[in-house]
Amino acid sequence: MDIIKSIRNIIRFKHFFLAAILLAVLTDAAYAAETSKIDTGDTAWMLISSALVMLMIPAVGLFYGGMVRKKNALSTIMFSFIILALISVQWVLFGYTLAFGHDVGGVIGNLDWLGLNGVGQAPNADYAATIPALAFMAFQGMFAIITVALITGAFVERIKFSAFMVFALLWATLVYDPIAHWVWGTGGWLRGMGALDFAGGTVVHVSSGISALAIAFVIGARKGFGKQPMEPHNIPMSVLGAILLWFGWFGFNAGSAVASGGLAASAFVVTNTAAGAAALTWTLLSWYHKRPSVLGTATGAVVGLVAITPASGFVTPLAAIAIGAIAAVLSYYAMLFRMKRNVDESLDVWACHGIGGTWGAIATGIFATTLVNPAGANGLLYGNPAQLVIQIAAVGVTWIYAFVVTFILAKVIDATIGLRVGDDEEAVGLDISQHAEKAYA
Amino acid sequence: MGLKIPKMRFKHIFLAVILLAVLTNGAFAAEEPKIDTGDTAWVLISTALVMLMIPAVGLFYGGMVRKKNALSTIMFSFAILALISVQWVLFGYSLAFGHDVAGVIGNLDWIGLNGVGQAPNADYAATIPSMAFMMFQAMFAVITVVLITGAFVERIKFSAFLVFSFLWATLVYDPVAHWVWGAGGWLRNMGTLDFAGGIVVHVSAGVSAVAIALVIGARKGFGKHTMEPHSIPLTVIGAMLLWFGWFGFNGGSAVASGGLAVNAFVVTNTGGAAAALTWMLLSWYHKKPSVLGTATGGIVGLAAVTPASGFVTPLAAIVIGSVAAVISYYAMLFRMKRNIDESLDVWACHGIGGAWGAIATGIFATTLVNPAGANGLLYGNSGLLVTQIIAVAVTWIYAFAVTFILAKVIDVTIGLRVGEEEEAVGLDVSQHAEKAYS
Amino acid sequence: MKKIEAIIRPENLDGIRIALQEKGIIGMTVSEVQGRGRQKGVCLQWRAGEYCIEFLEKLKLDMIVDDKDVEPAIAAITQVAKTGRNGDGKIFIYPVEDVVRVSTGERGKEAI
Repeated sequence: MDIIKSIRNIIRFKHFFLAAILLAVLTDAAYAAETSKIDTGDTAWMLISSALVMLMIPAVGLFYGGMVRKKNALSTIMFSFIILALISVQWVLFGYTLAFGHDVGGVIGNLDWLGLNGVGQAPNADYAATIPALAFMAFQGMFAIITVALITGAFVERIKFSAFMVFALLWATLVYDPIAHWVWGTGGWLRGMGALDFAGGTVVHVSSGISALAIAFVIGARKGFGKQPMEPHNIPMSVLGAILLWFGWFGFNAGSAVASGGLAASAFVVTNTAAGAAALTWTLLSWYHKRPSVLGTATGAVVGLVAITPASGFVTPLAAIAIGAIAAVLSYYAMLFRMKRNVDESLDVWACHGIGGTWGAIATGIFATTLVNPAGANGLLYGNPAQLVIQIAAVGVTWIYAFVVTFILAKVIDATIGLRVGDDEEAVGLDISQHAEKAYA
Repeated sequence: MGLKIPKMRFKHIFLAVILLAVLTNGAFAAEEPKIDTGDTAWVLISTALVMLMIPAVGLFYGGMVRKKNALSTIMFSFAILALISVQWVLFGYSLAFGHDVAGVIGNLDWIGLNGVGQAPNADYAATIPSMAFMMFQAMFAVITVVLITGAFVERIKFSAFLVFSFLWATLVYDPVAHWVWGAGGWLRNMGTLDFAGGIVVHVSAGVSAVAIALVIGARKGFGKHTMEPHSIPLTVIGAMLLWFGWFGFNGGSAVASGGLAVNAFVVTNTGGAAAALTWMLLSWYHKKPSVLGTATGGIVGLAAVTPASGFVTPLAAIVIGSVAAVISYYAMLFRMKRNIDESLDVWACHGIGGAWGAIATGIFATTLVNPAGANGLLYGNSGLLVTQIIAVAVTWIYAFAVTFILAKVIDVTIGLRVGEEEEAVGLDVSQHAEKAYS
Repeated sequence: MKKIEAIIRPENLDGIRIALQEKGIIGMTVSEVQGRGRQKGVCLQWRAGEYCIEFLEKLKLDMIVDDKDVEPAIAAITQVAKTGRNGDGKIFIYPVEDVVRVSTGERGKEAI
């Protein structure tokens, strides 16, 4: 009986053992198959995030549109709207493949994905393993568009519409696509160097902010700049734009996790916190100088959002308070400095996005921690000063490249098509002279 | 033997399967605080939607004031969004949702979000990061403070307003949120149902609005001069964005994506629509179908259905919304007749709408919609109605008393009101040195 | 008949309307105007820093009154509009030749 019992036991164990192995194999197989399987939650999050970022693009138009004079309201709104159309097509045709296509020497993507050839419903594990490659492409497309739209604040109220269209298309191709590749493309040289840019502090904000300054130098100041008041014609419209920007920024930053989960939630939280801290700081600064400004508070929020962008996937909420508050101070005084130097970079893209983005990218090198994101790196405060150096190098390179290429591009367009409208057209306003329309009856 | 072996085999396989089932269950149990990507995506987008409601309140109110106060009114919502976003991260969340102290307040364990990370907290939401839950709740805290601003538009001093908002969030919102929603909160333990904040958000804001309106007093010329809404389209945009965002407010309060979220979504839309229609008919009956009134009706319906949204059926929502519109409409007329300048009727819309919604939850709730809820009066459980009435009453008293005292103290120290000349010029120029329109 | 043209602070419109109504003066035309006087302009805030507007928003009231109503009208307007500081406004009086009420064709005093 004992023997039989022990045999029975062995048999029992054997069966258990077999069953366990079978299960392990099955489960492994399931996991292996799942590595490139689409996750519905992740995909839903990326699609809604793309839509949120899309909303930010006309929101830039409203934000800027409220700050110009009444006679240029439509023209300013039109900038962002037409860029949405233009770069949407550019991105599908060749922009995406230049930025994210197979690497050529670390500097640019090749043309394999021309016309979205090979970019389909299956995931591309290089960028996002659980969502369709098309979803990643669409999300990135919105980034390319909004970056170009941000620059338009530099030349409102005086640019020729045709020259503007040419500039927008060439800038996206010659400046945005390469920089996006360097920082985010597989094989990109800044990425290889270890530069961290979660949602585009360098790619989006530094590049647009610096380019704004370059084209503002070329196109020159508005007639009467510094002599007559350039009154914002509709501040509620600007505030509405800022609101939609804040709203959309959740997609911009939390969507940059390219998945739904802890990292997205963390990015979401730091985004909101930094915006709040920066808006409050700006309120207090304007109060200190005169009165708590509404337009200033809206601007402060945007600056905070800019600064947290590169850091959003790497830092804690308390770091976000510091990043936002310092960004507001730096941008505020950068704006005053710009005015004192009498440079008509009209809506302060440089002060808000250039300076805010630069600070955010550098702050990432200070506050980043792998406790938030194990795929990131530690910053200065967590014992890794090298990261700070890398961040500064990446920002420095972007400043130089964006400024030089934009300056040359603007000069060439100015010499050929002509960047500016005529004096009469400027006096009458671009709404009537460029579009034969009036914003308000 | 030939028969026995297969039997043994079957038995063993059977055992193996059971064992596996147990093991797997164990694994699932261990995995229970595992993040679900769909749930997280839904709560994140819901949070963004509620965030959008905050400045939307600013636009909604901003269109209803005179041109010279447009920016100042919009600024209220923007400044509170910034201020309470930071307050919540620093200590508000810990006070409202931290470990319970005697049923009345959370302790300070989570100060500065210490311990609130990317892992779920099963006390509140087992399938999403606790940071996502924290942020979702932050937006509720912010919007509640923003709602009150309708009471004192066109005359409050900006500095006093900031101090009031900060203290109100800390002394009124955070405790009430803890009572109703915090693990261990005494109203929650009593069985109070408040799915998305009828009591915590709308009743507390509405009642506090009356309290501070009584302290600050009426606008200069109130009842004598016309106080024309300067841009009704702006108000309608605000109402539209509120309706849009309310899907996150109520649907997101399921803190998961699925059947309950869908029910809340449907009930929300139905309740808002029924109330908007009813208000339109009421204004038509009295004069002409009013656009501003229809927009207001939509908001009232949404406020009323808020506490009920996770517990009632769509047909109940029609009743809740329509009744809310009627009650709020006459509450508004009553407020005007009493000559109280609670300027944008936060009490009539949110106080009355929210109170009715919370009571209606005690009438219409059914466990067929939400097994984790309770049955109401119509489903044979009168106890819930009593509980709901008590919870509403407690909130009325607490919010009114604390807000009244707080406003009095600020009035005596900083001074609540701007000077007469500043009020005459308008707060945009006098408080902010800006003009809304050129 | 006289035309009274009054430049006032915008916030005083309702008070003046009521005061005039008490004197039996009901009709008037109100225009939003910008102007400049001893009060000068105002400096408003840009996002950072400020800009100055050299003209201030005022309202202009135009009303045609019988000669006997001129002094009561002036009294009603000044009683509400006077604060004693720069920027309270000005009142101009002009003679009026004739008035026509379009709906009935009445002329002169009848048409006021």
